[in-house]
Amino acid sequence: MLDGRTTLDLVIGFLGLLMIFAAIWSVLSKRLLSSVLLSGAVSLLASLVFLAVGAPDVAMTEAAIGSALTTMVFLYSLSRMKAEQDAHEDGGAS
Amino acid sequence: MMKKLLLLAAIALLAFALWPFVRDVGLAEPGELATAYLERGPAELGTANVVTSIVVSYRGFDTLGEVTVLFTATAGVGGLLARRKSGHGKKKAAERGATDASEILKTASRLLSPLLVLFGVYIFLHGHLTPGGGFQGGVVIATAVLIGLLADPEAGLAHGVMHVVEGLSGFAYVALGAVGLWFTGVQAGFLDPRFLPLGELGRLASAGAIPIIYSLVGLKVGAELTGILDAMKEDAE
Repeated sequence: MLDGRTTLDLVIGFLGLLMIFAAIWSVLSKRLLSSVLLSGAVSLLASLVFLAVGAPDVAMTEAAIGSALTTMVFLYSLSRMKAEQDAHEDGGAS
Repeated sequence: MMKKLLLLAAIALLAFALWPFVRDVGLAEPGELATAYLERGPAELGTANVVTSIVVSYRGFDTLGEVTVLFTATAGVGGLLARRKSGHGKKKAAERGATDASEILKTASRLLSPLLVLFGVYIFLHGHLTPGGGFQGGVVIATAVLIGLLADPEAGLAHGVMHVVEGLSGFAYVALGAVGLWFTGVQAGFLDPRFLPLGELGRLASAGAIPIIYSLVGLKVGAELTGILDAMKEDAE
């Protein structure tokens, strides 16, 4: 029978492993879009860990800022970079 | 080869340094300072959420620092992006060849945005009772605006209103902090919320001025982050 402590350890360990995999994958990924989304996933998993250890305030901040806003800011930068690249391929500055 | 070995050694060293935190995670006894906060927070300030009593009052100066950092970052982003934008005129979405948002996103945003704003307001109004507070509530409001911007790229924000809200709430926040400093009593500090009655623990209108202070922080953070998102969106166009 699992007591509370062991269950907590298992949950945190599982989430931690997922985080490590997502982080490594996001570094190794060849597509920038999947890198951005995976780093958002790392934040989301981190917020679950915070929730598991009883820090809901930190978990909310991490989920809202780390996985939502930061990802969006990165996505906007990505689209901006893409627009710049397209402009160059069209032949010079627009 | 050497590089990989060094990399492995660095990772092992980091793992060794961080291992105690992993081993003792979760169920450690709170230390002396934490115990003092846990016992005195609800009694002195009337907050059911101890984190809020620390963030808003006991460590009010740190929060003022955080608000300042956020403000500086927003001002920096806004300044940088505004300067490069003034060069070329704004193009319409159709001229950029942007595709329209899908019907699902549009309908969902119409349904979700008001609810998200409401949830954000709930989070910062109940900062002294439930987890979360001004910062989290502000970010949730910013995500509501973000969904709206995603669904309708042509939508413009009322910049004037945003700036007025941000400026006024920032000013009122510092003013309330000063009020707490001067009018509460001998032991008062910056952002002491006890110049209003503490009320009954667990009620919405309790904990002195904490709901007001956190609402101001929430409005300020929401307006600032919305401004950043809007600046990034206009720059990406």
